[in-house]
Amino acid sequence: MKKLFNSTIGFLIIALIFTSCNNGESKSNSALSSNVAEKVYVAPGEHDEFYAFISGGFSGQLSVYGLPSGRLFKVIPVFSQDAEKAWGYNEETKPMLNTSHGFIPWDDSHHPDISQTAGKLDGRYIYINANNTPRIAKIDLTTFETTEIIEIPNSAGNHSSSFVTENTEYVVAGTRFSVPIPQRDMSIKDYKGNFKGSLSFLKVNPENGEMAIKFQILMPGFDYDLSHPGRGKSHGWFFFTTYNTEEANSLLEVNASQNDKDFIAAINWKKIEEYVNNGGGTKMPTNYAHNIYSDETHTATSTMINEVLTVNPLDVPGAVYFLPTPKSPHGCDVDPTGEYIVGNGKLSANLTVHSFTKMLDAIENKKFDGEAYGIPILKFEDVLAGSVEQPGLGPLHTEFDGKGNAYTTFFISSEVVKWKLGTWEVLDRKPTYYSVGHLMIPGGNSAEPFGKYVVAMNKITKDRYLPTGPEVTQSAQLYDISGDKMELLLDFPTIGEPHYAAGCPASLIEANSKKLYKLEENKHPYAAKSDADTKVVRKGNEVHVQMTMIRSHFSPDNIEGIKVGDKVFFHITNLEQDYDVPHGIAMIGANTSELLIMPGQTETFVWEPKQVGVWPFYCTDFCSALHQEMQGYVRVSPASSNIELSWSLGDDF
Amino acid sequence: MKKSNIIMLIAALLPLGLFLFPLWNITLEAPQYPIPLGMNIHINDFADAHPHDIKNINLMNHYVGMKYIPDAIPEFKIFPIGIIISTIIGLLIAFKGNYKWFLGWFILMVVLSTAGIYDFYLWEHDYGHNLDPKAIMKFTNPDGTVMGFQPPLFGTKHILNFTAHSYPRLGAYLLGFGIFTSLIAYFIGKKQVKKV
Repeated sequence: MKKLFNSTIGFLIIALIFTSCNNGESKSNSALSSNVAEKVYVAPGEHDEFYAFISGGFSGQLSVYGLPSGRLFKVIPVFSQDAEKAWGYNEETKPMLNTSHGFIPWDDSHHPDISQTAGKLDGRYIYINANNTPRIAKIDLTTFETTEIIEIPNSAGNHSSSFVTENTEYVVAGTRFSVPIPQRDMSIKDYKGNFKGSLSFLKVNPENGEMAIKFQILMPGFDYDLSHPGRGKSHGWFFFTTYNTEEANSLLEVNASQNDKDFIAAINWKKIEEYVNNGGGTKMPTNYAHNIYSDETHTATSTMINEVLTVNPLDVPGAVYFLPTPKSPHGCDVDPTGEYIVGNGKLSANLTVHSFTKMLDAIENKKFDGEAYGIPILKFEDVLAGSVEQPGLGPLHTEFDGKGNAYTTFFISSEVVKWKLGTWEVLDRKPTYYSVGHLMIPGGNSAEPFGKYVVAMNKITKDRYLPTGPEVTQSAQLYDISGDKMELLLDFPTIGEPHYAAGCPASLIEANSKKLYKLEENKHPYAAKSDADTKVVRKGNEVHVQMTMIRSHFSPDNIEGIKVGDKVFFHITNLEQDYDVPHGIAMIGANTSELLIMPGQTETFVWEPKQVGVWPFYCTDFCSALHQEMQGYVRVSPASSNIELSWSLGDDF
Repeated sequence: MKKSNIIMLIAALLPLGLFLFPLWNITLEAPQYPIPLGMNIHINDFADAHPHDIKNINLMNHYVGMKYIPDAIPEFKIFPIGIIISTIIGLLIAFKGNYKWFLGWFILMVVLSTAGIYDFYLWEHDYGHNLDPKAIMKFTNPDGTVMGFQPPLFGTKHILNFTAHSYPRLGAYLLGFGIFTSLIAYFIGKKQVKKV
């Protein structure tokens, strides 16, 4: 406490110095910034050294940035509809947002994680969780598109998710809120002892990255906050922080903050996998959606699955232990060697670090300190590797640079603190602007971090940018960590609220990025691969238009014979086979978004004309010098009309 | 076998490289094509330098009314036959003939190649000047005549926003080297005869 007092006094003095000589500060800043500017300057036409995939939080999406420039390249639609890209609006991607609760247009995306091979980032896929209606998405890093979304049953607040094991054997999804399993009508007051927390292990197909729920462990009714896999020596284990071990069901800010220590749950998933492979576990009826997007049909399918395999941890002796960890730990971070497990006790004065070696020893020698619902609690002193004494206030997350240093964010004291693994001494601290949540070192959650930069993701920005009314942007800050001391290089705005991020060297991904979809591989059932395939077909009051687009016309571009009350499906194929030549299409009065169609792709929108007339449509993406000419007309006749369907392009079609 | 006949044998075989390597290449550079568009001309085919290049050249060129580059032209049948026949003649000469015949083959090949290049020029001229009257964009030269878009026969030329490069490729070099080698065979053969 004394140290804290001293540093507070110190801070006040520094603050006084700065406020009393404002001019001096800005001068020294500008002298500094010319040097700093060079470090983040990526010349026009040059490429960044790293990709950073920063979660969109309540935007539900995933953003793609370059480091060190902080330039935004793309917002990948994941869990929320995106009218710009027709994600969740066109007929092809609507099934991606299907769940057991029906179509859901939004979610809260939190923790992206890049797939790994042998503990190192392999740059093939990114997995990211939906927090609200529990789901995990897979993003293919050849197309930078979401190609799979799987719902997690028996879960609520899918927060300790979606982290991958060191060979991407599993993607893991732990529940934040415990709930009745299976769901049923019961009194909320009967929570304690009756609710359960599920930890789901999703097996990944090494061929295509696809997920399937292998088993769910039904744990005591705590809140499972964050998790990380063991690696190297601790490969085969997974660690989850818990809070609300009090099992309070109301006013959690008080009632869930009473215990001196909560737990980190250590799960030996290899042991449970073996148990399950030998026929263990109980099949439970349930209902969840598994949605897969195909790059060949350019279409998603949603399949409902009605069974899940559950495991009672007491049925697998030696598979689950609790490591006491002070004060509602938030982040649960494992160092690159797999030896240290950092429990970021967000209400604790100290940062607790457990030792995997000591944990194994404590298990072997049964150094137990009681049990919780039959799960052994290991003795705190016998698993503790050390603690960083009073490093700051409100530790949330820790990442590693691969050189024996750790970097922890402190939300309340608004800073990043660098400390040394093993000696637990604080080496450096830098303020963040303001109230930092997660931080990310490229590869920081792997055996081989690239310890050049750390990105701090801040919850509050206040005065850091030009104001934009009551709602201001959230922000990331880039620090150079290549030297002994951290150096703040750059602020850059983020989309939504950045929770976690994942980064990796551009070289891992850049060369694999697809330039277009091959037209000859297009297997969309309504694709028109040449003008000869174009047609308009009526099936009752449904009309299917198979149209093509190429610089700079639609084919056909004149359609007659549509009637009020028809449901018109426009299936449009972009015939281009050149890099970066998308075309868009929008129809006046269509109750949906535009389509933005990449070369070789087919997409569909539905238009239900309500008024008689001649209605134009046009290309929405400036595609060529003749873009403004890329337009067409549809004649809509009264429902009683007997005008036959006809379609044409030019005079001689 | 005489030294000069061995050299003639090599000379006669070298043009067969045209069946393996492209004869000519036309490359189009423009600011929005950081990877240029290109077409390799083989003796029996037009080929993309990068996937879909010809399709994209056609898309560009239709704005000024140029015709699509055809999938096949009669030359693709004639040229391979010509190369095979002249190779057979060359081989017969190499095995049976004396050095005077080498000169004959050299002259034959120079004539054939010149005819080929002239044919290529005619096609290029037609491609660059025989424009669709309904062309989207019409350009005129400063003197008021209709602007043509003929790529250079050999060399580099600016055409609107494109820089067009037209240069021989390995197949053409092998052909040229073969022709030149037959001339060397002739001189060596002549020298040997004098010595004797």
